[in-house]
Amino acid sequence: MGSGDYTPLFLSLKVAAISTTIVFIAGIFFAHLLAKRQFFGKSVIESIFLLPLVLPPTVVGFGLLLLFGKNGWLGKWLLEWFDVQIVFSWIGAVIASVVVSFPLMYQSSAAAFEHVDIRLENAARTMGASNWRVFWTIAFPLAWPGLLAGLVLSFARGLGEFGATLMLAGYIPGKTDTIPMAIYFAVESGHMEKAAFWVVIIVALGFSAITWLNWWSKRNMRRFANEKGR
Amino acid sequence: MRAVLDVQIQKELPHFDIDVEFKANKEIVVLFGPSGSGKTTILNCLAGLEQPDGGHIRLGNNLLFGEGYSMPPQKRKIGYLFQDYALFPHVSVEKNIWYGVPKKDRPKKEPIIQQLLDVLGIHHLVKKYPHQISGGEKQRVALARALATEPSLLLLDEPLSALDEETRWQCQDELLRLHQLWNSVPFLIVTHDRNEAEKLGDRILHLDKGKSIKEQNR
Repeated sequence: MGSGDYTPLFLSLKVAAISTTIVFIAGIFFAHLLAKRQFFGKSVIESIFLLPLVLPPTVVGFGLLLLFGKNGWLGKWLLEWFDVQIVFSWIGAVIASVVVSFPLMYQSSAAAFEHVDIRLENAARTMGASNWRVFWTIAFPLAWPGLLAGLVLSFARGLGEFGATLMLAGYIPGKTDTIPMAIYFAVESGHMEKAAFWVVIIVALGFSAITWLNWWSKRNMRRFANEKGR
Repeated sequence: MRAVLDVQIQKELPHFDIDVEFKANKEIVVLFGPSGSGKTTILNCLAGLEQPDGGHIRLGNNLLFGEGYSMPPQKRKIGYLFQDYALFPHVSVEKNIWYGVPKKDRPKKEPIIQQLLDVLGIHHLVKKYPHQISGGEKQRVALARALATEPSLLLLDEPLSALDEETRWQCQDELLRLHQLWNSVPFLIVTHDRNEAEKLGDRILHLDKGKSIKEQNR
């Protein structure tokens, strides 16, 4: 196998890393914003956030094409003003990956923030801590196990994203051929060995991510359980 | 002379309305009443964690609530000892105690904190985590943490209810001693235990369903 053949690995890692960073920040922001608030329409907003989890990836891809396609509402504007084309580019792959992994991050972090005892945050406030400080010193560290789980799941989901990516970014060797893409088109063209190679790589990546997360959270749950025991 | 703390608030709750009026000087005032008589809600209103529907709260020369204004809890300078202490589980006792002291003030606050640690006898606990210490020790740490900010009023919500009987007696004496040392500020203690109310309170306010039904001076 030539050296150029490794581009799917680096591209996949790049796309997953950038998308996970975006999703991590956005997921935490929205989850923290909504976690302890009750208002009319909250469940509608949460349903919209979680929708990509239950929709077929092709539907997500179709929606993204409508939005980011060359004649799409946002795509047209981006092309005219910034000369940025989303379709058939690795940025398209990032966007597809963000949309499908956001629900995982949102769900994990919302659950994590809801479990942070409001009295701890209130105690911090009575001691003069600003909301910003309360977030960084109380909510964030106490929610961290859940946030980390969301991070790893989002990364794994981003790494494996196929359907929506294919529709938005297409398959352009050297440009948008992430590992799942490379597997599909290798099989299509009868290169079973090449496909098997990428399958092994992606299984190894996914497996190590989940194994590490399990190991880490078990270790931490034990510590956490001790801390909570009074 | 004008009282240090002047409270007159109303608040609607699902099953009854709170409507209380009381003043406190540099003394221990006990809010005494059965569970569910609105005692904790009153403390929360004073601390700014809940909003009354009307009335006013004054502490010293500051208006904390009233005339369409509500000071945020961060600025009220009120120490609050929560029922089960609400110590931060993920940081050491030392970090818990220093939490409310701004970084720039830390060198000059050192003597005050040391004195608190002395008085409460918790020097040996500073490196431990909350889950490693006993209930009575947690109570002392929480007291130190609340007083470290040098509040103008200390609120204590059932401060001793989580302790066994013997520790409770000890801690009652300690609270009295602490109040003598810090007697520049009023202590407002919530309890449903009559003996405790009588032992600690300079003044006892009997509450039932959000209303003050009797005031008893000692």
